[in-house]
Amino acid sequence: MSSVSLLILGDGRFPSGGHAHSGGAEAAIAAGRVHDTATLEDFCRGRLATTGLVAASLAAAAATGYDPLLLDAAADARTPSPALRRVARKLGRQLMRAVRTTWPDPELDRLAAALPAGAHQPIVMGLAARAAGLTPHDAARAAAYDSVSGPVTAAIRLLGLDPFEATAVTARLTGDMENVAGEAAGHAARLPADGVDALPAASAPLLDITAEQHAAWPVRLFAS
Amino acid sequence: MTTAPPTAKAAQTPYTLNATARITAEAADGATDLPLLHSDGPFSFRRLRPYGSQAHICILNTMSAPHNGDRLNTEVIVGPGADLHVTSAAATVALPGPVPRHAALGVNLRVADHARLRWLPEPVISAAGSDLRQHIRIDLAPTARLVLSEQQILGRAHEPSGRLTSRITVRHGGRTLLDQHSAYGPGLPGWDGPAVLAGNHAVGQLLVIDPAYRDPQPDTQILDDIPVRAHGVITPLAGPGVLLTAVAPDAGDLQRCLDAAFAHLGLPNG
Amino acid sequence: MHLHHTDPALTDIIPPTAPRPGGRSGPLRIGLGGPVGAGKTATVAALCRRLRDTLSIAVVTNDIYTREDAEALLRQAVLPPERITAVETGACPHTAIRDDISANLEAVEDLQERIGDLDLVLIESGGDNLTATFSKGLIDHQIFLIDVAGGDDIPRKGGPGVTTADLLVINKTDLAPHVGADLSAMERDARAARGSLPVVLTCLKDQHGIEPVADWVCRRLADLTAARS
Repeated sequence: MSSVSLLILGDGRFPSGGHAHSGGAEAAIAAGRVHDTATLEDFCRGRLATTGLVAASLAAAAATGYDPLLLDAAADARTPSPALRRVARKLGRQLMRAVRTTWPDPELDRLAAALPAGAHQPIVMGLAARAAGLTPHDAARAAAYDSVSGPVTAAIRLLGLDPFEATAVTARLTGDMENVAGEAAGHAARLPADGVDALPAASAPLLDITAEQHAAWPVRLFAS
Repeated sequence: MTTAPPTAKAAQTPYTLNATARITAEAADGATDLPLLHSDGPFSFRRLRPYGSQAHICILNTMSAPHNGDRLNTEVIVGPGADLHVTSAAATVALPGPVPRHAALGVNLRVADHARLRWLPEPVISAAGSDLRQHIRIDLAPTARLVLSEQQILGRAHEPSGRLTSRITVRHGGRTLLDQHSAYGPGLPGWDGPAVLAGNHAVGQLLVIDPAYRDPQPDTQILDDIPVRAHGVITPLAGPGVLLTAVAPDAGDLQRCLDAAFAHLGLPNG
Repeated sequence: MHLHHTDPALTDIIPPTAPRPGGRSGPLRIGLGGPVGAGKTATVAALCRRLRDTLSIAVVTNDIYTREDAEALLRQAVLPPERITAVETGACPHTAIRDDISANLEAVEDLQERIGDLDLVLIESGGDNLTATFSKGLIDHQIFLIDVAGGDDIPRKGGPGVTTADLLVINKTDLAPHVGADLSAMERDARAARGSLPVVLTCLKDQHGIEPVADWVCRRLADLTAARS
């Protein structure tokens, strides 16, 4: 296991299509709910505690080697917004393409063959972490970080935020991300005993609602 | 109903409420019978006039509950072909209590094949200082139908919210169709921020499961005939059901979102 | 003026058997990049009209604002709608064609699945600056477009697009007298900056204005066919 692998997986420049997704930030910015670093931090904290926790748990679960198809169904049940289900699968397919080249692994090939339209992205991330020799806890860290770094990057572009201030937002959420990753790893460890229904299902009503609104916009800069 | 066992320390140990109310509905000769109607704790059931083959029960909250520390359950079984409509007469107000423990409110709904349940209670209101954890578990047979609403009001008029978490788990034909967990209130990260509620203190869901939604899957509907400060979308689930997710600044606007959703879905309201 | 100038040496510039990344098969992929207003969408539209009767073509657009370019192509009805796809670029059109090509690759594969027998996929970048180039993981060849009205010093300024694209198109030659641009200086500077790489000048308003570009595209297709046989 190498911590460098975690840096590669978590790098915002990892070519898996994430740069075109704002994680709901574009809609929140358009509505005026996010307009500076303080509101961006609130946004990220809420996203991390809800969909971020679910993503981190799915990633950690997949990294334990748990059946990714069962996890994928659990992800569907936790994603009532069809726009977000589509995005999760699209990002999952794009991440799959990238990691099959970076960390070739038969488990990735099997999942790609079983779900050609894409598995939910956190599950692919978990399997990628596994292929890269990382732990479930690290997979959860990567997913938790991903749930914050996406909106922060998008906000820098959309609001013209000072990139240092925006990066400080991410840094201030380090403790939150570690907590979420720890909780997610705990859930993943109990998975064999508890089953997928025990995985967290935290939801954020506004993320679900605005994802659908955003998908209906005639013009937008970000895919989600 | 039971209370915490009296012990030698009874004088120092405040009572908490443990109650499980039960309803069983069965189809019988074009009507729906209620062979078991067991009121318990704060939940008192009243039969209202049936509507065709549909039985109608109204839940009366006959005491102040839940307080922190209370353990309340409702178990409902709707047998094959039966048709049950459940409403309530008043909001459930979660209140602070004499013990530092959260209150738990469990709702278990089982609906058999060709049966129908309309579960449309009044809102749960989280009073300042309260801590309620709610879990609604729904188990539907493949041809069962369900209409369920859930409304959460965070704080009585303009007071700060208590802590209110709610999980809704829907199993349909043995697989989990929907699993959602909300957590609002003081101390929870980001709950009132721009990703989750953004200051809206009324949250609602309307869940409709019907085999007819399998084919064709309905399209997403963004509600536009609702108050400007409210937001609501009706989305198709990854299975035969749709879900309204709505947030609003207050209970009145939230109710208007639900009314609009009933109208969009062509369902009778109330 | 050499409005329909075609470089006679063009055929021999690109090695016809250049290997495709990852040993990929499928249609020829050509990227079109260039600054805003250079005429990328008009060029794509003209290429489609010129080649659609003989080739099976699809287009991926990378607009800054999603769908604008795709909708322009749809309005002009240059191809049936199922052959045109738009990709969102997250306010970074540059990234989507070079640093992280995931969404564009997806779009190409979706088109291949949907249409089946494609000969040619044109990938139009969002309007960007002179440094925009395509990843070899996404395209086989790239065309860089500049226009006369953008300033006749652009070829001299260079930049990766002007100097390294497989074909440089100097578009809107008809505007030269109106904007006081020196066409021959532009062409001379471009050739100096590009060494042996080809340059063509176009005026899409003319009836056969697209011919030099269409010819070049057809030769790249012939190269690919030859390399496969």
